[in-house]
Amino acid sequence: MRTRVAHIASNTFREAVRDRVLYNLIAFALLLSGAAILVGQISIEIEKLVVINLGLTAVSLFGVVIAIFIGIGLVSKEIEKRTLYTVLSRPVRRWEFIVGKFFGLAGTLVVNTFFMAIGVFAALFYVSHKFVRADALILVALYFIVLEFLIVCSLALLFSSFSSPLLSAVFAFSLFVIGSFAEDLRNFAGMAHGLSHWLATGAAYLVPNFSAFNVITSIAHEQPVAGQLILQNTLYAVFYAAMALSGAVLIFEHRDLK
Amino acid sequence: MPAIEILGLEKIYSVGFWRKRPKRALHPLELTVEDGEIFGFLGPNGAGKTTTLKLLMGLVFPTAGSARILGREWTDPSVKAQIGFLPEQPYFYDYLTAHELLEYYGQLSGVPGKHRKQRVEQVLQQVGLRGVQGVQLRKFSKGMLQRVGIGQAILHQPKLVFFDEPMSGLDPMGRREVRDLMEQLKHEGKTVFFSTHILSDAETLCDRVAIIHQGELRGVGAVEDLTSSVQGKVEVIWQGTQVPASIKALGAECHVTADRVRAIVAENQQDAVIDILRRERQRLIAITPVRTSLEAYFVEKLRRAETTAGSTV
Repeated sequence: MRTRVAHIASNTFREAVRDRVLYNLIAFALLLSGAAILVGQISIEIEKLVVINLGLTAVSLFGVVIAIFIGIGLVSKEIEKRTLYTVLSRPVRRWEFIVGKFFGLAGTLVVNTFFMAIGVFAALFYVSHKFVRADALILVALYFIVLEFLIVCSLALLFSSFSSPLLSAVFAFSLFVIGSFAEDLRNFAGMAHGLSHWLATGAAYLVPNFSAFNVITSIAHEQPVAGQLILQNTLYAVFYAAMALSGAVLIFEHRDLK
Repeated sequence: MPAIEILGLEKIYSVGFWRKRPKRALHPLELTVEDGEIFGFLGPNGAGKTTTLKLLMGLVFPTAGSARILGREWTDPSVKAQIGFLPEQPYFYDYLTAHELLEYYGQLSGVPGKHRKQRVEQVLQQVGLRGVQGVQLRKFSKGMLQRVGIGQAILHQPKLVFFDEPMSGLDPMGRREVRDLMEQLKHEGKTVFFSTHILSDAETLCDRVAIIHQGELRGVGAVEDLTSSVQGKVEVIWQGTQVPASIKALGAECHVTADRVRAIVAENQQDAVIDILRRERQRLIAITPVRTSLEAYFVEKLRRAETTAGSTV
């Protein structure tokens, strides 16, 4: 059972690599090296701040775009092209297929993030000519970004299990944007009254709280991240992704593959 | 123990976006396929053949009914380790090579790692795809993909193989090879269930066939029973270019092609025709009973079904 999930995950990763998804790293490298050179010339004392902000934001955005655009096709493309028929006619359970696809995409994003992280550190070294202890905090920000990817992947898979790729992309991207302002939504819910209070509270807790994962600015200012936040975010991401994946499995388990 | 027992499987889809309405794809189907036989599932396009196969594979869910495959409930996941399936017009992960694809399917089917590589080589040779190492499937022709499809269906040495239109996209040589492969599978004691609308293939290969039309089973039986002799007629063939007047007088249907004459006469006139040919010093080549072809049986069944449907409207 576990091996079948691993085989499906490894094939999903291979597909991403062969479909040249990792080519985005070239665009990322160009963007970051260009920015580092430019920043090195025009900014005084804040080069490091700019490079960390720009680098980590780019890591997050590139990853989210990949997560959404691959994630939305993971199930629907297999149904449309009928590649699924020869997989599900084997001793593969539908949930194994969904979970395998999720891990395959998550693996792709982790590898992608790893190479991007090298790029961020290289740019940082270029502008500051040395590493300091506080730079290790960047790893925490990268970890949070990966957790964010897990949630986005699971949401893209959830939408992909019942709607068209286009609608799935719209849903997933909208949730990402709304989730990035989840704290504001919670504040609004706190101020609202009556029905709108309940509706806003419900929405605020239903959408993924991506704002809790955004520690880029504080890390750029070398402010440490509390261990409690790391634990909280980890549990939240695992729980949210598991819920979204369960939803995807539940829908897919009952879907006719016409 | 039968290889397949279909017990009233039925499928009704909901169609339409806004106001859903039911569309029956398969009427309750009762069918038994015996172990070790080649069974043909015949019907025109849209008859319900693929729906039946998808139901048996668990790709779509039945509205009612059930099935047993190799003595177990068809939903039992362990059954799938013992069946192979070739979908109609198969499409595979085109970024993989044939080796990688079969390796992957071998992993999913639980083929042990130490035998897998060897088995992949063996299957590729069996389906005529040796020497395609390193070529991604996106560069394969339709016929080559069909061969890959057949390969993946037999890779894990299943006891029961389902082929949906296996001859589709193949040239005459390819079709011949697939026929040979099916006979080989039968020889190995495996059961083959295949859907087709190419009746000559079914007639050549199948022990038994079922005919389905508009989602309803119209007939099932052994090929030789369905194509038994009709109205006691025989076909007489002799060398020559002329039909003697005395044979014409017997009311024979005669056709002259090149240096041969074919005449269809009643069985009780067979001796009279032979006497005439002997008298006229013609060289007799063959006398065979006229049988209904599977095609004629098939067309007659479909016509009858359409007439019944027309009269009930």
